[in-house]
Amino acid sequence: MKILVIEDDREAADYIRKAFDEAGHTADVAGDGESGHAMAEDGSYDVLVVDRMLPRRDGLAVISELRAGGDTTPVLILSALGEVDDRVTGLRAGGDDYLTKPYAFTELLARVEALNRRGISKDVETQYKVGDLELDRLAHTVRRAGRDILLQPREFRLLEYLMRHAGQVVTRTMLLENVWDYHFDPQTNVIDVHVSRLRAKIEKEFDTPVLHTVRGAGYMLKAG
Amino acid sequence: MPSLPAIMKTTAARLTALYLVLFAACALALVFYMTSLSSRMLIAQTRGTIAEEVGGLAAAYRRGGLPHLVRVVEQRARQPGANLYLITDPNGRILTGNVESLQPGILENTGWTERPFTYRRFGERSGVGTFLSDEEAEVQSTPPQHSALAMVVKLPNQMLVLVGRDLVEPQRFRDVVQRSMAVALAMMGIGGFLIWFFVGRRALRRIDRLSEASRNIMGGDLNGRLPVSGSGDEFDRLSENLNTMLGRIARLNEGLKQVSDNIAHDLKTPLTRLRNRAESALTGKRSTREYREALEATIAESDQLIRTFNAILMISRLEAGKSTEPTTEVKLAETVRDVVELYEPLAEENGVALTASVDEEPVIPGNRELIGQALSNIVDNAIKYSANAAEKPQVTVTLTADETAVTMSVRDNGPGVPEADRERATERFVRLEESRNMPGAGLGLSLAKAVMTFHRGVLQLRDGGPGLEVSMTFPRKGAPR
Repeated sequence: MKILVIEDDREAADYIRKAFDEAGHTADVAGDGESGHAMAEDGSYDVLVVDRMLPRRDGLAVISELRAGGDTTPVLILSALGEVDDRVTGLRAGGDDYLTKPYAFTELLARVEALNRRGISKDVETQYKVGDLELDRLAHTVRRAGRDILLQPREFRLLEYLMRHAGQVVTRTMLLENVWDYHFDPQTNVIDVHVSRLRAKIEKEFDTPVLHTVRGAGYMLKAG
Repeated sequence: MPSLPAIMKTTAARLTALYLVLFAACALALVFYMTSLSSRMLIAQTRGTIAEEVGGLAAAYRRGGLPHLVRVVEQRARQPGANLYLITDPNGRILTGNVESLQPGILENTGWTERPFTYRRFGERSGVGTFLSDEEAEVQSTPPQHSALAMVVKLPNQMLVLVGRDLVEPQRFRDVVQRSMAVALAMMGIGGFLIWFFVGRRALRRIDRLSEASRNIMGGDLNGRLPVSGSGDEFDRLSENLNTMLGRIARLNEGLKQVSDNIAHDLKTPLTRLRNRAESALTGKRSTREYREALEATIAESDQLIRTFNAILMISRLEAGKSTEPTTEVKLAETVRDVVELYEPLAEENGVALTASVDEEPVIPGNRELIGQALSNIVDNAIKYSANAAEKPQVTVTLTADETAVTMSVRDNGPGVPEADRERATERFVRLEESRNMPGAGLGLSLAKAVMTFHRGVLQLRDGGPGLEVSMTFPRKGAPR
């Protein structure tokens, strides 16, 4: 995946670039809004990571201009401000996701990978399949190795989100945001308990685990 | 005494000078107008008298000819304060009258004299029966010349009759007005100075005292206050308001100091732990697995730090009250169900029965995210503490509504919080003694309280008999600030 990081803090930008490289992606860095805009316009990036406060051109202005020019590259906004409505203004300006500083790189990586996936397939599929696990959104059924699994509505949505991002790390915050629609840091281990309940249902009577815990980051649904 | 330029810099002196100039100009204009108006009136009156006199003399002349006229004139001229009378032959020789000499040329034209002229009255030349020194005699030898207004009439036999009236009265009037004007101006000047001296300088001195007091406060004497004289005037009101403001600033400052002390303390502890963990991982030879575990623990610790930090920021923003968090219609029943659903598995795992009791479907203006987060914190706490309950642990979330308020309350049957500690429990970083061994940063209730403040509501801790009941009461009307 090719990522453009528009961030004026050199040290932070270098660290992010190296971390993206280690995660198997390619990242370029732009140090200000203007050069960032110029680099983003050539359109070869899969995801843009844009700091809100940039020299020469504000991050939100860069995003608005790109959107006005018909560019639909997914954008993740980084901000040190962190009020709830910053998120709203950021997303309204054309951002696709929002992350407040200070953040954990694992969180950033997980969200960028989730955004990239969205960049490739715009449409939400009606059926997901991970190994022998199948989910049908329309029929509202989950089967594993041909056997029906009964899930609660929330568990179904949780599994649906995990399957949509199969092979990617999904953090607890991302789950709370996308499954419960609350944007705060989940306290203690509420999300973990939900995940382990789901795990019990989809793994208990089967030999191979599909729902893996990624330590220090979150969860990943992966066959085998 | 301050120097003149320094005095002129004061508002009082400037205002005094300005008023002085304005009043003097007004007084001058008024005096000028009055004197010109009244002297014109007096002259018109004088002319009227003269015309009447001339009419009388004409009648006398018609009745008895010249001799009668001369008799009448002589008689009138002798009366005290008499008008001026003069009868001359065509050559200008004086036949009778009380005028000794006239400004030359007056008798050349008949009718009204164009301007006041000078004359000398008959018999004024020397002091009567008084011995005079040479010098005085010299002065007396040029007796005062009077000015007068007159009418000259030519009789059919070419003789001239002059009837006039002295203008001493209008002149005296003008003198009086001019003198009173001078006195008035002088008094005005003195008055202005006195006003400046007593009022301006007094006000000035009080302002100086206020300035000095504020300089002291700025200089670090934060407990200092501005002087109040007790008279209740504008200066006192200003001082009182400023003192109230200073008091509020001092309290805020105190609060801020306490918070930063707490932050320093509570952030230092996990930071020290973090550092120690990293340090101990570096000492001695360890397996890759051990390194890995140490790093993962380090990350988990820093995540907790970030979480704490974000919570502190959020509380400060909400409490500052200038937050622009978006407000929408919040369906509280939905929020209660969401949060209970979110925490139900966790409660079950801890052996706690978590139930919701929702009778109403109230909608209030507010921020769904914030209310959800606040309720989560309270439910989280309740689950944690009810785990120590004597009976089967139980947590109930209730939503009630009446016309004025909507209340969400969370009740557990844990050990509860002693009454004395309830107030303190919502303060930042306060973790009551009994809960020191529980996980968490002690910010949950403070955040909930800040959220309630933001919504103009109240957070209350009550005896849940047994256990604790935390209630969040939202006013029904009025959007959050």
